[in-house]
Amino acid sequence: MEAIESKVDEPVNGETVLVDAARKGDIGAFEELVRRYDRNVFRIAQHITQNREDAEDVVQDAFLKAYQNLGQFQGQSKFYTWLVRIAVNEALMRLRRRRPERMVSIDEDVKTEEDSMPREIADWSPNPEQLYKQAELRDILSKTIQGLPASFRTVFVLRDVEGLSTEETAAALDLSVPAVKSRLLRARLQLRDRLNKYFKRRDGDGRP
Amino acid sequence: MKCSEFLKELTDYLDGEIDERTKAELEEHLQWCHNCYVVCNTTQRTIEIYRDSKLYELPDDLRTRLRSAIITKCQGHKNATPER
Repeated sequence: MEAIESKVDEPVNGETVLVDAARKGDIGAFEELVRRYDRNVFRIAQHITQNREDAEDVVQDAFLKAYQNLGQFQGQSKFYTWLVRIAVNEALMRLRRRRPERMVSIDEDVKTEEDSMPREIADWSPNPEQLYKQAELRDILSKTIQGLPASFRTVFVLRDVEGLSTEETAAALDLSVPAVKSRLLRARLQLRDRLNKYFKRRDGDGRP
Repeated sequence: MKCSEFLKELTDYLDGEIDERTKAELEEHLQWCHNCYVVCNTTQRTIEIYRDSKLYELPDDLRTRLRSAIITKCQGHKNATPER
């Protein structure tokens, strides 16, 4: 089985030069960094906040904070991992503000009733994503991932959607590697379980 | 190997972060356990579907607007802190 590949190219071409220039006040260099990563930051922000306006604010605030704090960026991690860490914190802060009644923490190792054990073993149609129109599919995927606790959703998005390594995800979220793996497993299994009802193989033409 | 043991290793297996011996044990389990085969296969599909979904793509017009706002704010910060 093939390992999941990173969505961000490695080695990051000329990134150190750009970061150094931006640190010295070269706005053009920073704009290039924004151009490289704004799509990723927006996607992460919207996955976590589940709200378009919040995601827009997170993109702006995360890049501004990164610019303001470039002096503190040590260069030991990739700029992108450092930026993701800022963006995740901003996104979680907005989520907490919007849903103060719900505990939102990345540290929380949420125990849920439908934990790791699959509830239903059902094989899927050969190309399940083709059973739905694109907009319909996006709606299903969006609704399904919204149901996960924020801590699971965040790990899944960084690791599986954005393609950060386990170590990078752990660094970005300030979690241990085993904690990332535990959340990732449960996130993956819960999503799979919830997608069963849309994608499982049926008799007949395959359309549920 | 029990199914619960297989599940514990599933994430490392899907990510290819596993030693050869454990991998062989997992694949031996998959040979005869249809349930774990289905869970493994559909979990892999779950990851692929999300990864390829283009969920929350940043539209071009919004992208331009956000970038312009970011750069304006950074410029403001730079002007306010000339010692940088």
